Amino acid sequence: MTTLPAQTDRKLGLVIDLDTCVGCHACVVACKGWNTENYGAPLSDQDPYGDDPRGTFLNRVHSYEVQPLATSDMPHPAAQLVHFPKSCLHCEDAPCVTVCPTGASYKRVEDGIVLVNEADCIGCGLCAWACPYGAREMDEAEGVMKKCTLCVDRIYNDNLPEVDRTPACVRTCPAGARHFGDLGDPDSDVSRLVAERGGMDLMPEQGTKPVNQYLPPRMRDEMDQVDVLAPFLDPVAEDAGGFIGWLDKALERI
Amino acid sequence: MNPAPSVIVFTTLSGLGFGLLFWLGLGLPSVTGWSAFAFFTIAYLLAVGGLIASVFHLGHPERALKAFTQWRSSWLSREGWTSVATLLVMALYGAGLVFFDARWWPLGWLGAALALGTVYTTSMIYTQMRTVPRWRTPLTPALYLALALAGGALLAGQVVWALILLPVAAVLQALWWVRGDGALAASGTTLASATGLGPGGGAVRAFEPPHTGTNYLLREFVYVVGRKHALKLRMIALALGYALPVLLLLLPFSHVAAAIAVVSHLAGIAASRWLFFAEAEHVVGLYYGKRAA
Amino acid sequence: MTHHRQPELDTSPPVSDEIRRTTCYMCACRCGINVHMKDGKVAYIEGNRDHPVNRGVLCAKGSAGIMQHNAPSRLRAPLKRVGPRGSGEFEEITWDEALDIATDWLAPLRETAPEKLAFFTGRDQSQSFTSYWAQNFGTPNYAAHGGFCSVNMAAAGIYTMGGAFWEFGSPDWERTKLFMLFGVAEDHDSNPIKMGLARLKERGARVIGVNPIRSGYNAVADDWVGITPGTDGLFILSLVHELMKAGKIDLDYLARYTNAPVLVNGDAKSPEHGLFLRDDDGKPLVIDRATGKLAAFDKPGVRPDLHATHRAAGITHRPVMHLLAERYLDPKYAPEAVAERCGICADKIRRIAGELARVAFDEAITLDIEWTDFRGELHQTMTGRPVSFHAMRGISAHSNGFQTCRALHLLQILLGSVEVPGGMRFKPPYPKPVSIHPAPHCKATPGQPLDGPHLGYPRGPDDLALLEDGSPARIDKAFTWDNPMSAHGMMHMVISNAHAGDPYRIDTLFMYMANMAWNSSMNTRGTLEMLTDTDENGDYVIPRIIYSDSYSSEMVAYADLILPDTTYLERHDCISLLDRPISEADAAADAIRWPVVEPDRDVRCFQSVLCELGARLKLPGFTDGEGGQKYADYADYITNHERKPGIGPLAGWRMGENGLTHGRGAPNEAQLDAYIKNGGFFSAHIPEAAQYMKPWNMGYQEWAVGIGLFDAPQPYIFELYVEPMRRFQLAAEGHGERQPPDRLREQIKTTLDPLPIWYPALEDGHADPEEYPVHALTQRPMAMYHSWGSQNAWLRQIHGHNPLYLPTKLWTAHGFADGDWARVTSHHGEITVPVAHMAALNENTVWTWNAIGKRKGAWALESDAPEATKGFLLNHLIHELLPERGDGMRWANSDPVTGQAAWFDLRVKIEKVAAPEEAQPVLPAIESPVGTGPDELTWKVGE
Repeated sequence: MTTLPAQTDRKLGLVIDLDTCVGCHACVVACKGWNTENYGAPLSDQDPYGDDPRGTFLNRVHSYEVQPLATSDMPHPAAQLVHFPKSCLHCEDAPCVTVCPTGASYKRVEDGIVLVNEADCIGCGLCAWACPYGAREMDEAEGVMKKCTLCVDRIYNDNLPEVDRTPACVRTCPAGARHFGDLGDPDSDVSRLVAERGGMDLMPEQGTKPVNQYLPPRMRDEMDQVDVLAPFLDPVAEDAGGFIGWLDKALERI
Repeated sequence: MNPAPSVIVFTTLSGLGFGLLFWLGLGLPSVTGWSAFAFFTIAYLLAVGGLIASVFHLGHPERALKAFTQWRSSWLSREGWTSVATLLVMALYGAGLVFFDARWWPLGWLGAALALGTVYTTSMIYTQMRTVPRWRTPLTPALYLALALAGGALLAGQVVWALILLPVAAVLQALWWVRGDGALAASGTTLASATGLGPGGGAVRAFEPPHTGTNYLLREFVYVVGRKHALKLRMIALALGYALPVLLLLLPFSHVAAAIAVVSHLAGIAASRWLFFAEAEHVVGLYYGKRAA
Repeated sequence: MTHHRQPELDTSPPVSDEIRRTTCYMCACRCGINVHMKDGKVAYIEGNRDHPVNRGVLCAKGSAGIMQHNAPSRLRAPLKRVGPRGSGEFEEITWDEALDIATDWLAPLRETAPEKLAFFTGRDQSQSFTSYWAQNFGTPNYAAHGGFCSVNMAAAGIYTMGGAFWEFGSPDWERTKLFMLFGVAEDHDSNPIKMGLARLKERGARVIGVNPIRSGYNAVADDWVGITPGTDGLFILSLVHELMKAGKIDLDYLARYTNAPVLVNGDAKSPEHGLFLRDDDGKPLVIDRATGKLAAFDKPGVRPDLHATHRAAGITHRPVMHLLAERYLDPKYAPEAVAERCGICADKIRRIAGELARVAFDEAITLDIEWTDFRGELHQTMTGRPVSFHAMRGISAHSNGFQTCRALHLLQILLGSVEVPGGMRFKPPYPKPVSIHPAPHCKATPGQPLDGPHLGYPRGPDDLALLEDGSPARIDKAFTWDNPMSAHGMMHMVISNAHAGDPYRIDTLFMYMANMAWNSSMNTRGTLEMLTDTDENGDYVIPRIIYSDSYSSEMVAYADLILPDTTYLERHDCISLLDRPISEADAAADAIRWPVVEPDRDVRCFQSVLCELGARLKLPGFTDGEGGQKYADYADYITNHERKPGIGPLAGWRMGENGLTHGRGAPNEAQLDAYIKNGGFFSAHIPEAAQYMKPWNMGYQEWAVGIGLFDAPQPYIFELYVEPMRRFQLAAEGHGERQPPDRLREQIKTTLDPLPIWYPALEDGHADPEEYPVHALTQRPMAMYHSWGSQNAWLRQIHGHNPLYLPTKLWTAHGFADGDWARVTSHHGEITVPVAHMAALNENTVWTWNAIGKRKGAWALESDAPEATKGFLLNHLIHELLPERGDGMRWANSDPVTGQAAWFDLRVKIEKVAAPEEAQPVLPAIESPVGTGPDELTWKVGE
């Protein structure tokens, strides 16, 4: 349905930990591999060995530099780097769905996953225009809109062992920076993580109510604070002679 | 946004075509027979030509009929319905004029309303985009409607109306630009809100792009047009689209001058439409560091 | 309101017909992979959850394996060069012809002068096999790529404590509370480090990243130390200074498990000055604190004293601990004294020292595990110091890298954190001290195998690879006075030495998987000239080059004969306990690769080719009793070869007297099948009481003997003071028969110090730091492995070209803006490249991604590929020799201890220039022997 369901039974989505993501692109390529071989048309690549290689990816990792403001504690804070994976956020108020003229884009009632039924997609691109996150990419070879399916063909797949019924990106993430679960259930692991770590919406002002949540990086560079908790070490000796004298006494105590 | 020729051609031509149909529906000019045939042909060539151009924009034109299904929620679907309804109603109305020398007024009024509805639905496709703050304003449908009416009046030979509507459209155009230039900043969407980074006012800057290679998003949404270039084009659009046609209309009537006015108007509006897309900042560009945050 | 029915969706589609489990080879990490097959083709690759290395996860490279396996750059058939070297013009020939040519070239060499074959392998994971082949051939000239990679780290670890990081050891991820990472971007132990960081983050443990560049792991570190390149050793020794000054060192650990209490001859006139006082059995002596008398360090019940000295025959012998105190309490290591040089403020150094001490001692762990040490003492518990460290190339690829790595090991040992809970733990077959490693062998005899293994750990001047006249025995001059402890050989010197005929001329250069004609060489352009240079007769100076690779790399164009290898999914391999296995700290493990698909080209597994070539050359290890081929192929070798009775390449599922057994046993014809059934690997868990304190834990030693790692228990103590280094110093001081040339005496005296020291990178003394004020580094992107990634359609979209990243200071000083280009000049050359700004970067450092730049025509890419037009290498700026400085000599750009290539010593200057059309220098295109790839990929093998 092009209109959004009034509510979904579950809100399946991802929680992405910006404190932990090392920017390795494992999720990017695992996604590319799984979704090239599975759901719908393959994710194609144009000019793959030429001067303008480009292709369809459903998940890409950006990186940002953050320059914290100087404070009296930290007059010269170091710049920080944050790796930032981004894919479909499976919004509750998904603008990409309502703009679709054919009903190809829909949000599933049972779990809230936003999908494209490729057989109905005319490739008008309007859904990608409507998405503030850049989550949808038109496949140049197939002429249909591709997007993250939350691996809907994995998470319920009876042909996979239960432990593998997670999105390919989550299964492969070496740094444990991606978590999958029901964000509509306040007791789920992912909801707890969001509560504990102050999970955030991207572009809340766009009113999309994204299901996917981002955990902000933890405080960095505490050792650069002028007023740091760790005290300096107290010397036991000033030179080698003093040290060797101390050594004998210290050995007595062992 | 990528100023794709198909979309520029579509919105420019079909806007003019549906504008002309509006005036024809009102019986301005009050033509019948061959001269009605000529007017209707021009109107249909513009409207249908534009629509066909937009269909070429699709990845799967053969599935275009599916686009009629989602009129409850989709402005694009609604545009499909209104445009087809306009064309059908005006075809009947036009047939009366051309073949039966009869003016079935209710059909004309209905067709005129539908023609405006079509232009309105087209404009709403853009206006609804919260992702493109420059478009998201009631000024967008106002401008589209004003342009369709003005251009239609010009084509329909409604000199007085054209002399009123062209300046109105020009004012709307200018207002639209002025507002648009501050729209992204006013929208509240920034790289900081896009990433949630830099809490407490730290500065966020895009570092490495996700891929060194390009992608659909960059091609489609991250079109950057130079300020100087844009300003020049705005001047051209104002001069050709509005000022010159008005000047020509103020001169003693001649077919040549009228034709030049129409061509000039078309060129100006095409320039304006190019800017409409090229200058439109999609917020996804923030993620790529291609927009001032 | 359902206006549009949700389409029917099959959420349980079949995933694949079959899963074949093998080992990844997209980098050196060696993760287990599940290869999903559809219709006999590779459909999808994911991590193997049961595998000890990656436990199911897989990096970008591994997941892109399908694009590597199907890359258009794959070689298709043996090639014979028809155009001039470097042109890329070849004709395809049959394997018979190829092997005939190779045999015709090599057989006469073996009969007359085996050293005229130089056989060097690059990213080879079969070194125990390739070295065995070379040893059988009889040439002394064999090594793999360690010399230009990370030998400093490996050798410093082995000499100090019997192992280093990565395949030697790793942090106790489950228990460590403070983890300090030095200079690591991606190189080595890729997934395990990411998984380990994830565990630390889950537990809230602190991570400190020490790296001039704050990307990747350093970006997620809690604290970043943006150190100036090449000064890590100084920073570490400053931490040592602070810890010793505060008495925050583990005296009990030092006394029991290290040579800190061992007595050292203190008589400057003695020919044994600086050597250990030993008993008649040659065992180092300590003073027993219980008796006050001399005792062998390992005598049952002895309590070694760190304090007491011993005077005998007029010579005072002092424990190593005294030397440590004298060395490191020197104020020159005080934080204030090093801060500016290191680019770290003194208070921060103090805080880090304080935090190390706090966690190591105030948050110590006690495990109630009973164990017995090598002196027979029974311990009820194990004490853990939960601080751990990891480092690789960032600190080792400097000319002071060996000593810097030693300093790091000294630091961890002083804290008592090696092989204890929460610290750094070894992976079997490590810990393995120098004493049970071979020494290098170099005696070549026509028609005979070499007299022993090529590579090893010299104990002193007697082990150098020198001929009777004192000249180098090896073409790479490894194990010579220039770099006496070059344990991995020096592959990066082979081409220049062979070209110069110094120390002698060779006939055939035989290489495997080493892109020496591009990103694996310093001075790339010069290397290409050497490979193509001709003598007065018009013959090539390096007469013959045989090369084996799977792909159309830059090196292919410079060989005369190409032996095309398979992809990693088409071959057998063993990742052996004889070599560099995949063990974890609590298990010994090895693994295989096996052909999950058959090659669709006329290519052969290189090791199988060596089995046949070895037989044709009648190498004793490769011929059976009747002179026929002993091993039909590599799989046959893996199964049936025995290095010594009962010990073969693979430890799992061997044939015991009473059926299948592990570790020691006779060959088992079904061994590979057993591995395949088990997911491609074998793993033997260490008993719980033997998982820590391994060098001293008799439980571990006996377990290791049981599975065949050693023939007898090998307990030992850590070598804070490395006596073999002192032996080289003694020679330089004039003692002993083998004497270094005078030009090297000072260098040896300074740099082969038996206690860790720091000295500035050698390039600083040759290239003018004023003229070249900026350090230039490369990092390996996590999504690429050396040159391999660019042929991969998916990965090259992520890293298709590389900017040079400039810190804010340089960016603003030169007025750079986005899209600008810079000319970067070193003492050796210049490049012109695109630049980009990075604030989270040491202010005197620039860097770029490693090996993204490609030669036009290589890797089946089109000539206008961004890798060739905007991508670039720093290699053009780096020379294998340092610039002259007026002493009439060209000193090597390498570590004077090990010969490790000093890639990261590079100094440059930067200028803003107008953007050229392409990154400079541009080399002419080479002809691709495989054409270029298709214009579009819509890859789907199943329906």
